[in-house]
Amino acid sequence: MIGMPLLEVDNLKLYYSTSKGVVKAVDGVSFDLDEGETLALVGESGCGKSTIAKALIRLWERNVSMVSGEVRFEGRDVLHIDAEEFRTQYRWKKIAWVPQASMNSLNPVLTIGEQMIEPLLIHHGADKDKAMMQAMDMLEAVGLPRDTVRRYPHQLSGGMKQRVAIAMALILMPRLVILDEPTSALDVITQANIMNLLKRLRREFKLTYIFITHDLALASELADAVAVMYAGKMVEIGSAEDMYTSPKHPYTIGLMGSVPTLRGEKKLTFMPGEVPSLINPPTGCRFYPRCPYFASKDELKGICDRDEPPPIDVEHKGSRRHLVSCWLYK
Amino acid sequence: MYASSMADSPWINPDHLVVAHRLKMWYPVQSGLFSKTRYVKAVDDVSISIGKGETVAVIGESGSGKSSLGRTLLRLYKLNGGSLIFDGKDITKASESSIAWFRRRAQMIFQDPFSAINPFHNIKFILEEPLIIHGVGGSAAEREEMVIRTLNEMKMNPPEDYLFKYPHMLSGGQRQRIAIGRAVILRPDFIVADEPVSMLDASVRVEILTLLKEIQQKMNIAFLYITHDISTAKYFSDRIAILYAGKLAEIGPYRSVIKDPAHPYTQALIEAIPDPDPSNRFKDRKIVGGDPPNLINPPRGCRIYPRGAGSIPGVHLQWIYAEGKNRPWWRSRTAYTLLVGCT
Repeated sequence: MIGMPLLEVDNLKLYYSTSKGVVKAVDGVSFDLDEGETLALVGESGCGKSTIAKALIRLWERNVSMVSGEVRFEGRDVLHIDAEEFRTQYRWKKIAWVPQASMNSLNPVLTIGEQMIEPLLIHHGADKDKAMMQAMDMLEAVGLPRDTVRRYPHQLSGGMKQRVAIAMALILMPRLVILDEPTSALDVITQANIMNLLKRLRREFKLTYIFITHDLALASELADAVAVMYAGKMVEIGSAEDMYTSPKHPYTIGLMGSVPTLRGEKKLTFMPGEVPSLINPPTGCRFYPRCPYFASKDELKGICDRDEPPPIDVEHKGSRRHLVSCWLYK
Repeated sequence: MYASSMADSPWINPDHLVVAHRLKMWYPVQSGLFSKTRYVKAVDDVSISIGKGETVAVIGESGSGKSSLGRTLLRLYKLNGGSLIFDGKDITKASESSIAWFRRRAQMIFQDPFSAINPFHNIKFILEEPLIIHGVGGSAAEREEMVIRTLNEMKMNPPEDYLFKYPHMLSGGQRQRIAIGRAVILRPDFIVADEPVSMLDASVRVEILTLLKEIQQKMNIAFLYITHDISTAKYFSDRIAILYAGKLAEIGPYRSVIKDPAHPYTQALIEAIPDPDPSNRFKDRKIVGGDPPNLINPPRGCRIYPRGAGSIPGVHLQWIYAEGKNRPWWRSRTAYTLLVGCT
């Protein structure tokens, strides 16, 4: 098993069918992730980052028209195994998910304990008292008092509810945890507390995270590797060191330029234009209509707007390959 | 004329365009039919002034009273105490009908561009409506000219393309431009911008902030920029006010507050915000836990002490001024950072 990544995603595609046409939400995404590593999936809204999470945990909406590619978890393709087997052997047991705004989806008429032990009763067939003890241990691990099991969601603050959502994801001791914007509705100080918690849990339980966020600054709090998505494609992936110090893709460079910094002096820049429609995305590179290099370099005309750029290996200092899907580096 | 009574809040300048002195805005909460009315003290004794063409950022967590403060400064809420002076005129108790002039000169930009503009109206009418209400621009042709000029100012080119579009045909960023256009078309002197960019994506956010800054400089508008995000305030504000649990915690020129925060809460707020840096993942942030206090029964003394951020329980409110080290305040006044309730 040594040397084999925990998760390998190969040419993953997920299309939605809508009344306006087929939305290519995730269109050929590949990456791998080692055990204990954290990958931040970064991109603007609508780029497909949450859809990747739904594909990995195999919980997608009913209007999905096509899912293809391979998701190898511990070397086994879990995207195409029997749904029942995935449910009993993988979902929550090995791959857990903290969905977006999950703190608002706690059941208001059940106590925290009752909803936390549900997966233990179902997956492990544990008895109720033992399960309750385990729930209390987990609450303690996320920094909540043990008697939180007897409380109802409305008695908790936003930060506490988010901690409960994280505890619920960890209760079956999964190996991979997908965190979809885990702090999006929280205040900055609460957010910093949750990030501290996630760092500590990663050390304690040797977790592997996929951290989905739109905030590059926040991503740097957890990420060992950063993948940037644009319009359903992964445009760049590399180690955090490479991505933050020498981003290569024009979109990543633009995104970095628009992140305000509190400490350093930096002039903010923005990318004019809009994210393209995923029903009729531009041919070739999806970023070319907004790309400053395409606009200024004549030799790129007829390439970027016609052929899709493959992932290209560029020089890297960090621990993993730095791949850029851009014709500039061919 | 007001200067003498405002001596207790020396950080406000009675000559400024907007002067709020010891402002109080409490929401009544009735828990039972015969029970005593209690109050959520959303804004509790806040004094602030904003000069012509100046931007003051108000930073705070949710529930800190920052939006209530903004709306109170526009007199959208009734005051429970204190006084509000706009351009030298006391509008604290003025009747709604007597402050139509103020309504024209003070505008607001809302957080959510998806719900702030009416989906049934086209862009032309959305922008024209304030002109009609305030009787600005004599004829329809004149008004249309103003609408087109505003669309140009909002960089929505060519304007003719947008006149008859409806909000649902626009992206979030474009909608926010329309909302901003609607606020500036009357050429106001004062705009309260309540989290104008927090719903937008990073790149669009910078675009809108750049636009706001441009408008502010060109039209010399005073801005109250309400946000929870100190780092965007940096690109837009001259001064910064930190609000905590309905109280002003610290106010001062942006740079001196960020470089040298005096209040423990400001320090925590700054520590909580990451800059993009791959080494962040190796260290924990030194942050206090806990949640902001309940504003119906706020703790006595400093409102942050229950979170153990360094101050002493039971200390009554104190006003302490840390003399700035000759840092220029906005328009070259001696700087000081104000501390409330922390010893």
